[in-house]
Amino acid sequence: MFAYLVRRLFLMLVTLFGISVVIFFLLRIVPGNIVDILFAAAGYVDPADKADLEKQLGIDQPLVAQYLHWIGGLLRGDFGYSYVSEKPALQEILPRIPITARLAGLALLFSASIGIPLGVISAVKQGTKLDYALRVVSLSGLSLPSFWLGLLILTASVAMFGQMPIFNPNPQTWLEAFATYAVPAAAVGFRSAALTMRITRSSMLEVLRQDYIRTARAKGASDAAVNYHHALKNAILPVITVIGIEAAFLIGGLIVTETVFNIPGVARFLVEAIRWRDYPIVQNLVMFIAVVVVFANFTVDMLYAVFDPRIRYTD
Amino acid sequence: MADKSDLVLDVKNLKTVFFTNSGLFKAVDDLSFSVKRGETLAIVGESGCGKSVTALSLMRLVPDPPGRIVGGSVSLEGTDLLALDEAQMRAVRGNRISMIFQEPMTSLNPVMRIGDQIVEAVRLHRNIPAKEARDIAVEMLRLVRIPEPARRAREYPHQLSGGMRQRAMIAMALACRPALLIADEPTTALDVTIQAQILALILDLQKELGTGLVLITHDLGVVAQTAQRVIVMYAGRKVEEASVEALFASPKHPYTRGLMASIPAVPASGVPAQARLNEIPGTVPSLVRLPKGCAFAPRCKLAIKRCEAEYPPLADWGGGHLAACWRAEEVAEVA
Repeated sequence: MFAYLVRRLFLMLVTLFGISVVIFFLLRIVPGNIVDILFAAAGYVDPADKADLEKQLGIDQPLVAQYLHWIGGLLRGDFGYSYVSEKPALQEILPRIPITARLAGLALLFSASIGIPLGVISAVKQGTKLDYALRVVSLSGLSLPSFWLGLLILTASVAMFGQMPIFNPNPQTWLEAFATYAVPAAAVGFRSAALTMRITRSSMLEVLRQDYIRTARAKGASDAAVNYHHALKNAILPVITVIGIEAAFLIGGLIVTETVFNIPGVARFLVEAIRWRDYPIVQNLVMFIAVVVVFANFTVDMLYAVFDPRIRYTD
Repeated sequence: MADKSDLVLDVKNLKTVFFTNSGLFKAVDDLSFSVKRGETLAIVGESGCGKSVTALSLMRLVPDPPGRIVGGSVSLEGTDLLALDEAQMRAVRGNRISMIFQEPMTSLNPVMRIGDQIVEAVRLHRNIPAKEARDIAVEMLRLVRIPEPARRAREYPHQLSGGMRQRAMIAMALACRPALLIADEPTTALDVTIQAQILALILDLQKELGTGLVLITHDLGVVAQTAQRVIVMYAGRKVEEASVEALFASPKHPYTRGLMASIPAVPASGVPAQARLNEIPGTVPSLVRLPKGCAFAPRCKLAIKRCEAEYPPLADWGGGHLAACWRAEEVAEVA
């Protein structure tokens, strides 16, 4: 087990190194840098000023030197300064993380707490009207882009209530906080819930045909005990996998959702930073997201061993 | 016939049908039999003759849809199981009537500890603390002769061999001391050496606990070793019923005779081995399109016009030996 963890940790570091190279060079391939953008906006170009500014920001250096400078800084805990605000990158990023984390957490909570039970119900009631209805809803969940769903929600709330939910950065009560995050989280979580439901359903259908389910019934176990205790425990692994992958994909959905609902989270901030070619912000933010995704995958793998005693990580 | 109070199970005119796309078929048709306390009744027949559906019907576990019990009665210790509602039936299942399945490898829940699975069976029917149920579980594992039962109880099914798993299944089925145990091909999936051990174990425990046993098998060798009475099923119907001795001494139905002829004989030394294994020509007919008369007629050497036109009634040949064949007399003569 220990050797496995060490090897796993090493592989995670390799992955993160790969991502750092990719994001660094991708950003450089994108035409233009912050100086070009600033000067284009200002409307005049003095090549000497431009070169001066590029030198100040260090983007006149060879790419390899720039890369080493960035990674060296990261290793020392120096995240650099935002080109736009000129504040330390960490100061810009950190306050935005809890907002996105709450949104993502709530979206995942929705997708698991709605998707799993509905998936079980759909499987148990296979072929009934309820099953068909749930499957249509889940199909629509998979087909609706979250930004469009977000716009629909906003339009509908204006049409029905004459107002739309505004992001409240300082909710006073727990309930207020929930109300602030629930609607955007539902918009972005609908897709995950739909996917979770479908996976739960098909996995449950597979398990419900197994011999040990018949054994459980033969013992005199109730339907609820059979479905949730015996079957779901066996059917949950693919569901965990999907939720893990969804957790990683969520960031994509959040970018548009934060924009639509005007929420000052990291996802929207990332898009702004890309628009300004704010290299330190983009690079560090992408690295942060990569770390989260890598750890989400690691957690999923560890959860396998928790849920299925047949899975043991050995050397 | 035995005294009524002595009967653990009394099945009358049981009828289970399946509704499929290709039509309705009668998996079990008008089946009657009974089991006395401590008695072993074997049900034999080829695959698809309705043995397993009979077992599931007794447990009321026939998957619905597509299956449904449409007639008859199943009386367990005087209670008609078919008249119970689902909650009442759950209180009976695993408690008064329990079942061992064919596949020990897949019949235990892979993510639950062996002990917990037995504890669950106990606590579903006995209102006792978890600790006490755990002691019963370990005791049951000891009873089925699993070495180090306390340690095994903490293990998962994949850590046990096939034979051990079947022992655990037996422990689970008997944990509540049921009046009737149904064993559906309990040894088919096991190694030959293990088969004999498991059969001996089931019989020992049956004697010890006084349980009635319905043993479903296609193996007449097993029947000869274990059962007191035998039912031969064909295409969902009972075609012959007799004591083991009577059945092996003088089978009355050509199908029974065919089954017996199909047992491979181990050649004695010096005697040339039988060149070919006897078999019954043809296959079990599709239950959706059963012939009007005797379902076995198309495969029967003795079949006459009447066999194809009329289904033969079960005739009593004395001593409870029943056979459904128009030509039972001739079958006896051929013997």
